This record gives sequence, C-alpha cells and structure tokens, in this order.
Amino acid sequence: MSNISKAFENGKAFIAFITCGDPDLETTAAAVRMAAKNGADLIELGIPFSDPTAEGPVIQGANLRALANSITTDDIFGFVKEIRKDVAIPMVFMTYANVVFSYGAERFIKTCAEIGIDGLILPDIPFEEKDEFEPICIKYGIDLISLIAPTSQNRIAKIAKEAKGFVYIVSSLGVTGTRSEINTDLASIVKVVRENTDVPCAIGFGISNPEQAKKMAGISDGAIVGSAIIKILEKYGKDSPKYVGEFVKSMKDALR
Amino acid sequence: MTNPNGRFGIHGGQYIPETLMNAVIELEEAYNYYKNDPQFNRELSELLNEYAGRPSRLYFAEKMTKDLGGAKIYLKREDLNHTGAHKINNVLGQALLAKKMGKKRLIAETGAGQHGVATATAAALMGMECVVFMGEEDTIRQALNVYRMRLLGAEVIPVTSGTKTLKDAVSEAMREWTSRIADTHYCLGSVMGPHPFPTIVRDFQAVISKEIKAQILEKEGRLPDAVIACVGGGSNAIGSFYHFIEDKDVKLIGCEAAGRGIDTFETAATVNTGKLGIFHGMKSYFCQDEYGQIAPVYSISAGLDNPGVGPEHAYLHDINRAQYVPITDEEAVCAFEYLAKTEGIIPAIESSHAAAFAKKLAPTMSKDKIIVVTISGRGDKDCAAIARYRGENIYE
Repeated sequence: MSNISKAFENGKAFIAFITCGDPDLETTAAAVRMAAKNGADLIELGIPFSDPTAEGPVIQGANLRALANSITTDDIFGFVKEIRKDVAIPMVFMTYANVVFSYGAERFIKTCAEIGIDGLILPDIPFEEKDEFEPICIKYGIDLISLIAPTSQNRIAKIAKEAKGFVYIVSSLGVTGTRSEINTDLASIVKVVRENTDVPCAIGFGISNPEQAKKMAGISDGAIVGSAIIKILEKYGKDSPKYVGEFVKSMKDALR
Repeated sequence: MTNPNGRFGIHGGQYIPETLMNAVIELEEAYNYYKNDPQFNRELSELLNEYAGRPSRLYFAEKMTKDLGGAKIYLKREDLNHTGAHKINNVLGQALLAKKMGKKRLIAETGAGQHGVATATAAALMGMECVVFMGEEDTIRQALNVYRMRLLGAEVIPVTSGTKTLKDAVSEAMREWTSRIADTHYCLGSVMGPHPFPTIVRDFQAVISKEIKAQILEKEGRLPDAVIACVGGGSNAIGSFYHFIEDKDVKLIGCEAAGRGIDTFETAATVNTGKLGIFHGMKSYFCQDEYGQIAPVYSISAGLDNPGVGPEHAYLHDINRAQYVPITDEEAVCAFEYLAKTEGIIPAIESSHAAAFAKKLAPTMSKDKIIVVTISGRGDKDCAAIARYRGENIYE
C-alpha cells in the first residue's frame, strides 16, 4: 500500500505545492511545517529547474529565485532529511525529467526513498516515456505520479489503469497559475479515472481559493494548490510561513 | 532512420506534458498520411519551386577554391531562397500540413528571426494567423527581422523569461501551445523537440541534400568528399546531410557555435561541451550544469545560440557518421568577411561558421577533392552586428 494513500484518509485531501529554496530553505522548512500543522494532507516539494516549461509566471519566478540562491538537488535532499524528522504527512517531489536524469535516475530515486520521499511528479514524462524512470521507482517504492489533462480523452483509461499513488488531473489547458474560472468537464474525466483505478485522484492547476478547492475536491478526492501559495511566499518572503499556515487552514476547512 | 517511437538510437522521444500528447499524435498521423499523398506533394513542390525559388543553386566558388589552394568548393545557396534562408523549406511544408489539418493559427519560436520571418511569410501567404515568440535579447540583436515579421502581419511576442534568448522562446511557444491546441499548429523551426518534429522538419529540409546530390553528379559526375553545414538545432545541417548518410565516403561535418571558445562558459557548442539530457521534449545532448540546469549559452549568432542539438545529430555523432566541430565567433566573423570579399556573397553569421571550417579544411585536401558548404542564409541581417563586433558603431 502506497504511503500516499494516507493523504486521502482525512476526507478530501488538500495538497500544497512549495518550491524548495524560495526564498531560502529555512523558510521552505518553516512553510512546510506550518502547512502540515494546518491540515495539508500531502506536500509537493518543487525542485527548481532552469526552464520549467509547464509552469506559469508565478512558479517560474519561484524556480528562478531558488536557483539564484544556488540551491542544488543535494541541498534539497539534505533539507528533506531534516524536516522528515518531524513532518509525518506524505511528501512528493515535483520537478523536471532532466533534474532526475542528470543526477543519475537510480541515484536520485534511491536517495528519495532513503530520505522519506513517497512519490515523484515529472510533468515532462507522459505515459509513453514513463519507462525512463518507473521501473527504478518501483524498485525503490517511489510512486511515479501520472497526470491526466483536459486533452487526454482516449488516453485517460490506459493512464489511470497504470496509475500509482494518486492521479493528478490537470484542470485546464495551459500552464500552472491561478484562474478565475475552470471550464473543463472534470466530472467526466474523474468518472473514467474511477472506472479504471482505485487510486485516488486530485485536481490541480488554477485553484486559488476555498470555493474553487471545495468545488474541485467535490468532484474528485482532493485539490492541489501551487501558485496561490507561491504568491504568498513571494509577497512575504521569510515572514510567509504563518501566512502559508493561515491559507492552508482556510483551504482545508473548506474541504472538511 | 526514425524508429516507431521517434528514437534516433537513444535520442529523441516525446518528453512533453500530457496536455500536448494528443496534439503530437494527431500531428504524426496527419503527417504520415499527407507525406504519401500525391496532391499534398504536388502542392508543396509548387510552393517550393514557384514561391520559394527552388531548386537553390550549387555554385562553384572558384576564387575561394583558388585562394585556399586545395579541394574544390561548392556553395549550396540556400541564402537565395525567398525570405533569405533554408527555413522556408520546412515552414512551407508545415504550414501546408497545418492547413490540411484544419488549423487556422501558426505559432513559432525564433532565434535570429529567420524562422519567424519564414513562418510569418507562410502565414500571410496561406491566410493564417501567426504569433512568433522571440527572446527579448534577440529582438534587440535582430530588430530588422522583428519589423519584417510585423510587416508580414505576425504578432511578435518578446520573451522576458530566463535568459531571454532562443531556448526561452521555445519554452514560451510550448507553453502557448498547451493553452491553445485546437486551432493552433506549433511550427517548430528546427530538427528538435518531441517526435514527430525532428522527423518532419528533417524530411522537409532533406530537399537540400537531394538537390546537392543531383547537382554535383551533373557538374562533377561524382559525389562530394565532404558536406559542411552549421549546426544550432541542426535543420540545415540534417537537410544537407540526409541523402548522403548512406554514402559512407562522404564526410559529414557540422559546425557548432563555440562562441568565445569551448574552454569558456560563453559557448553554444552542444556536442563538444554538452552532455546527455532530457529537455524541450527530447533526449539529446545539452549544455547544462552538473545538476541538469540548462546552461545560458552564448554565440555571436542568435540562430546557433541553442543549448541543445537535434536528436538525429546526437545519433550521427554517437555512431561516428558525422563529425561536429566548434567554430569561434572570431573564426565565423573572419569567414563572413572573407566570403564577402572573395566571392561577393554575404552569408548569414550562422552559415559563416560552416564557411570558416571549409577555409580550414580545403587547404588540407588535394585539388581533386570536392567540398560542399551549405550557405544556409543571407547575411544582410547580421551586417550591423558584425560592424559593431569590429568596433564600428552603426545601428540599423
């Protein structure tokens, strides 16, 4: 049984995304602890990449700020090892294929398992390319998370059938970032997912307030929020953890 | 050379967001249908011949040959194509394909601006909307091409993310494509990106080597000893090499932009300084740091200023079928000036990298040997920048 399933045991899951090292790893650590304390069920930790092609301007900015601080993959491994001592909820890494590949896929994934990371989200690894990393992930007990998009259509069933951890449903076309409206027929997508797997599914991209989170979690098993949290970190810098905590609480309360 | 999964050896593949997967599958299916459709091929030939001015000349550079005192040098004059570069070959093919697929809008990335101009041109011709993403840095380096694109009716969006150059323009075009797929075709300008782009672009550029082969057989009665072309992503090079890959006696030489030198960080020589990675939809060689962060590459040539190289080139390098040599800014600028003075031809600074290697190679070969150098584009766009490089303070 995947450790990630624990994230879906407390009602609808609230999944928080935070880019490691923006503005620094101490702040990231404090923000993760505040998010966990205030009800986050799973943390997605972003490992910054120079060219994050699936991200909108907000998360792009976080990636570049973290890299400007010379944050490396090794720094982040050390940081996770440290926070794992007191943060018990499931945590996954979200990064790009080249970060894993260049580190050496086996060395990277083995380290993930050692430091207590439960899964890996790689937006530039679609179903057709998952053999690049999935066999190694299975060897070390790391869930390689599958993504499903509004354009997936005939692909949903086959992706869902092989999904592990949770299914990440992308709410809208385009890149990450807050949106005022989400128009995709997500209920139909969720239906096909559920017909093909018992793995829970959560919706992300464009969710920024409790109403949207409630609506998205209402049709799935959880809501994923990134850009809205990164905006708080961008605005308050080192002072942001308590605001992140307040925000997470308001979101999780809406899902209860 | 492509296997079913779009691999060239270990390179290539489809490393893209799920959102784009059905779009590239749709593109592959359409391409596989139309590439064998006689009507499509008739229309494309008509466009290439009547509109773009093909076949391009294979010109014997007699003065250059005499001056260098070695192998005979022929120049494949892609600079004489409509819009001034080889880019139009691919763009006419993709625009026609997009139109057949029912797309109404073309988006493209551009570095030097040549691919952007070609895409804007095809869009104007075929009555399609056009949006071109160009690094802000490049919009300044190539201001004239920005104006050209606008004149042709395209919208040019300066990209301010990352290093504000070609790689960021590609990233931004990919982001745009994920947000609007139904009516939009991403007209990728090089043999890069996810499958099927490296194969489609190569096939549309392969007309270069097909013509070279026929022309050299007519003029010399035999194949050349070497074919030389510049490599950024590698579209004019793969186009120049393709029909010679099976002819093992023909040396294939790609010239990479070494910038200030391959022992400096200010370089874009991917094969010579990069390592294997996954980026922009493909596995290939990339300039990157030890943690896989893509390097901010540099070259005087905006068109070669690319941290990656097409997967088929990576494969030709792996199997030792093609050789990739680094050419510095200074060597390229010298060749730019040399070709102007010797042959009265002003080559693009990109193509000058190929001419620079020909200058080194020809004197080492005997007079009965033959070299073909692809002049991928014309150099008018570069004159102001080269003048500034030489300390003359002129602006367009």
